[in-house]
Amino acid sequence: MKAAVLVFPGSNREGDVAHALERVTGRRPQMVWHGAGDFDKADLIVIPGGFSYGDYLRCGAMAAQSPVMAEVKRRASQGVPVLAICNGFQIAAEAGLLPGVLMRNAHLKFVCHDVHLRVETSQSLFTSHYHGGQVIRVPVAHAEGNYFADEATLNRIEDRGQVAFRYCAPDGTVDGAKGSDANPNGSIRNIAGVYNEGKTVMGLMPHPENAIEVMFGGVDGRALFEGLVEALA
Amino acid sequence: MKVRVHVTLKNGVLDPQGKAIGHSLNRLGFAEVGEVRQGKYIELELAETDKAKAKARLDEMCRKLLANTVIENYSIELVG
Repeated sequence: MKAAVLVFPGSNREGDVAHALERVTGRRPQMVWHGAGDFDKADLIVIPGGFSYGDYLRCGAMAAQSPVMAEVKRRASQGVPVLAICNGFQIAAEAGLLPGVLMRNAHLKFVCHDVHLRVETSQSLFTSHYHGGQVIRVPVAHAEGNYFADEATLNRIEDRGQVAFRYCAPDGTVDGAKGSDANPNGSIRNIAGVYNEGKTVMGLMPHPENAIEVMFGGVDGRALFEGLVEALA
Repeated sequence: MKVRVHVTLKNGVLDPQGKAIGHSLNRLGFAEVGEVRQGKYIELELAETDKAKAKARLDEMCRKLLANTVIENYSIELVG
């Protein structure tokens, strides 16, 4: 699997996700600078975490309009899979690749700790190595992860199975209560990750790339990359 | 011409920053303060003299970049 990792001024998790991809695929991904209007063919495009363009205007808003994102949108429309993590999720949402928007955390604090996620379905490129309803533990690190969409959009994405992950208690319970322990940021309906309609683009706030080594406290993120390798090899 | 753009959160969208500002004002003795909503104010200098054209261009700028219409409303004021 050939992967491309985008790099914006202010990205800071591109090295982490490149490492995760290399560990699982044995190949170093190409790193693509934000000004690039074109880049080598890739089986997977990753938009990494960080603070692209200093989060100016709105987080992800400037990056969403960069030359490289025009090319990513073009490729995504042709079905090239896109994995958008944390700031990448904010960028993909601002670019219109994914429904909804990420707002300031409801309690206004930066959150940086492990969370539990319920995998909503195994029927996707990204989650085929998990099973539906499985609970995984991965870290979050963000101040703007409060997922929001209007009621009509939420109902539509729920009906189409576009919710990828929900914040949950360790036993998998999703109580939906804002500000509860299981919901680190106030996300509506506890949504931590979503797909586009074709399920070829996935965005999530947590960092699966930081949960691939036992030494760093957990390996629950590894199956996401392993599933992608199998699907896209 | 000079243009002023106000970007505000739509009704029903939670505004935790506005809430925090409201609480602080209450604590400072401004007990009369009720709900507070925080927004953005953007000032632009535009090389355009036709007001209708300017309005149309600003509308496009707001939809493309200045506001996220999923959660925000915008208003455009041509100062002339």
